[in-house]
Amino acid sequence: MMSTNKEYLQIEREKEWRAQLRKKIANKDRTAKTRTQMPELDPFVRIRYQDREVNTGLSAQQAVAEASRCLDCVNPTCIEGCPVSINIPKFIKYIEQGEFLEAAKTLKETSALPAVCGRVCPQEKQCEATCFYTQKLKKDPVAIGHLERFAADYERESGSMSVPEVAAPNGIKVAAIGSGPASLSFAGDMIKLGYDVTVFEALHEIGGVLKYGIPEFRLPNKIVDVELANLEQMGVKFVRNFIVGKTASFDDLKEEGFQAFFVASGAGLPRFMNIPGENYNGILSSNEYLTRVNLMNAASDEFDTPIIKGKSVAVIGGGNTAMDSVRTAKRLGAERAMIVYRRSRHEMPARVEEVHHAEEEGIEFLNLTNPVEYFADQKGKVNRMRVQRMELGEPDASGRRSPVVIEGSEYDIPVDLVVVAVGVSPNPLIPSEVKDLKVTRWGTIVVNEETMQCSIPELFAGGDIVRGGATVILAMGDGRKAAANMDEYLKSK
Amino acid sequence: MNQIVEKVLFSEKVAKFVVDAPRIARSRKPGHFVILRVDEKGERIPLTIADADPVKGTITLVVQKMGVSSAKLFELNASDQILDLVGPLGKATHIHKPGTILACGGGVGVAPMLPIVEAFKKAGNRVISIIAARNKDLIILEDDIRKWSDEVIVMTDDGSYGTKGLVTAGAEMVIQRETVNECIAIGPAVMMKFTSLLTKKYNIPTQASLNAIMVDGTGMCGACRVSVGGRTMFTCIDGPEFDAHQIDFDELIMRLGGYSDEEKMASERYV
Ligand SMILES: Cc1cc2nc3c(=O)[nH]c(=O)nc-3n(C[C@H](O)[C@H](O)[C@H](O)COP(=O)(O)OP(=O)(O)OC[C@H]3O[C@@H](n4cnc5c(N)ncnc54)[C@H](O)[C@@H]3O)c2cc1C
Ligand SMILES: Cc1cc2nc3c(=O)[nH]c(=O)nc-3n(C[C@H](O)[C@H](O)[C@H](O)COP(=O)(O)OP(=O)(O)OC[C@H]3O[C@@H](n4cnc5c(N)ncnc54)[C@H](O)[C@@H]3O)c2cc1C
Ligand code: SF4
Ligand code: SF4
Ligand code: FES
Repeated sequence: MMSTNKEYLQIEREKEWRAQLRKKIANKDRTAKTRTQMPELDPFVRIRYQDREVNTGLSAQQAVAEASRCLDCVNPTCIEGCPVSINIPKFIKYIEQGEFLEAAKTLKETSALPAVCGRVCPQEKQCEATCFYTQKLKKDPVAIGHLERFAADYERESGSMSVPEVAAPNGIKVAAIGSGPASLSFAGDMIKLGYDVTVFEALHEIGGVLKYGIPEFRLPNKIVDVELANLEQMGVKFVRNFIVGKTASFDDLKEEGFQAFFVASGAGLPRFMNIPGENYNGILSSNEYLTRVNLMNAASDEFDTPIIKGKSVAVIGGGNTAMDSVRTAKRLGAERAMIVYRRSRHEMPARVEEVHHAEEEGIEFLNLTNPVEYFADQKGKVNRMRVQRMELGEPDASGRRSPVVIEGSEYDIPVDLVVVAVGVSPNPLIPSEVKDLKVTRWGTIVVNEETMQCSIPELFAGGDIVRGGATVILAMGDGRKAAANMDEYLKSK
Repeated sequence: MNQIVEKVLFSEKVAKFVVDAPRIARSRKPGHFVILRVDEKGERIPLTIADADPVKGTITLVVQKMGVSSAKLFELNASDQILDLVGPLGKATHIHKPGTILACGGGVGVAPMLPIVEAFKKAGNRVISIIAARNKDLIILEDDIRKWSDEVIVMTDDGSYGTKGLVTAGAEMVIQRETVNECIAIGPAVMMKFTSLLTKKYNIPTQASLNAIMVDGTGMCGACRVSVGGRTMFTCIDGPEFDAHQIDFDELIMRLGGYSDEEKMASERYV
């Protein structure tokens, strides 16, 4: 791929404007600057609104200042941490130069959804973890995510969105199944290569978890919609309310001319803990809770879908999904909104920023605590949960210290809503509809990791259906890889 | 968008809709259902596919007015559009030939029962159908059921039509009279519960088709979970039909009331 190519990076870096810019400020002055803080809405204000974004975005001045921290390294290790290989120094240097639209264009060379990733990537584990500042200087990394968001937002708000160039149509029909980030990035690449791309989505909205899962206060739907409109403008077709394997079979679609498929059906199946009382009313999966609020607008009186507005809400888990649920509960009026997590804060898989925001918003953290049983009133509505205290033992296979029960430590907490966010399993629809498709013991689809090709040659797969619950950017990386390899496959056929 | 081709009122509260949905008409099997959303503000509600015409490309839905969402659908007429319609969902009914089938349908449950009765009849079984409702006005699809049954027994709670009494009374009469190899129960949860208790007494394998509360219908939310044989199952992907003798009906009934306070408020706002 062009962008991962060292030579290409080198050529870009040696361009006159970049060389000039590097000389403008001495490296020791660059590294002396402190990282620019992302402006945020006041916690007391923001908890009253489900739909106001917490991070309000860098100003142009702040963005330029932050961009000037980047050293435009000869060996930009940051790029190694980005699953879609964004040319990070190039886009950041465009920002420093004040050429924000060029920065946005650079992002779009390799990423279909920069405004999304700038907001939701766990940067501290990816590009920012491999930044020179983190690795060598032991200082705060360049705020790559915030800058990415700035450039993408600037372009969108400028009204002059660049539509990437699309090759002449080659008339070959391919399908993407599911409309989450994996499919969107796949579709973006395939349409650029000239394919006739259709995205099939089971739900009535396009976007997968970006729409039904991640809340407005973190990722406004209108931002996703702009990116979708962009893809549509490039020629991608979206079909809603269509379940591949049910509404039509793969064979039906092949008959209609589709020559290859990218399966990105996600890890939609919520897990429960199978403890007594878990099926009482008022105990729901985070998927149900967030879908009601985000996809069905249940918190608004004008919409028909109901939601339980708990006063004392416990959310079980420590991932992004748990943080999103508990902060949603707070915004819907909870007096107590609690995270109940069996390990300690250090082991929480959620993005660091989300945990920090949750703390600012008055979320209570009951760490090293695990539910063991639920109790209900006569109508079967949950009113109390029994938890037990945990302590950390030896590290387990994942390297995290595993929690061990403290005997006799049970106590009860009054609750009127419990949201279970302890993980998801792969969506079983496709594996159960396609005979001979190889899946793992956990139900994820087996692919060749180099090519993302499945055991059935015309099927490729990526995102959460391959990885289990992972991240937006990993899903997008898979989509790109699958596109490149499907192109090879179709050309050689 | 899916256009309504025809609407037939069965009673003040029950109507039949024939809806344009060519793909679903082709791929659906007995036991499958769809999820639809009437308009932008609407809820996603599950409805069984009562019939389909793959040539014309239509499916038939029979709807009973319950709360806001079913009432909104009920207000639509021929040539109106349904905003979103997805399917076919769920596992199809296992159609085989055990001999004699006793099909018990209560209220609007007779609609989802129709394609199942038809399929069992076509598979060569002797089919005895019991259709039951509170009163004469609520008895639906009698002629269609008759077409595919060897015998039809009509029961009403108030005796305004057919025999007075509950579905279980009719079922017990048949079971005592002749050998029944398998039973199907579709209707309100309470009705399925008592039918299941009855057939358990006589050791007759029984399938019940559950009407759990749903959101997505694709296994994503878990709203539709039920306990079957002590295990948690999702009605939308593992069902909707389950071995009735294994189902925890009391839990199902409790869960059906899960949003009743919120639904009541919505109804008050709606009227
Ligand atoms: C609440 C929440 C918060 C999260 N926060 C973050 C975060 O901050 N940062 C981050 O990086 N990641 C986050 N994640 C994880 C991230 O969203 C996922 O890893 C990512 O969305 C996976 O993308 P995907 O394309 O594989 O599938 P998904 O986004 O899951 O999309 C799959 C789509 O496929 C559809 N589908 C399934 N089967 C079929 C079929 N047979 N036919 C048609 N359509 C079908 C589904 O309806 C769904 O819309 C979060 C997840 C959740 C749930
Ligand atoms: C697989 C499946 C197939 C179905 N097929 C049909 C069908 O063919 N025809 C049909 O008329 N209905 C069918 N139903 C039921 C139908 O989906 C509900 O009646 C409808 O969702 C109610 O929505 P509402 O907003 O009108 O009522 P709500 O306001 O949601 O409910 C009104 C009252 O009905 C109760 N209620 C809510 N949901 C259900 C439910 N699922 N079953 C019973 N009572 C409920 C509530 O507790 C409340 O008291 C089916 C349900 C499932 C799960
Ligand atoms: S896409 Fe994510 S990992 Fe890549 S540069 Fe942007 S924030 Fe970093
Ligand atoms: S590693 Fe850090 S400092 Fe170096 S180019 Fe990348 S972002 Fe800039
Ligand atoms: S309806 Fe959501 S999982 Fe069954």
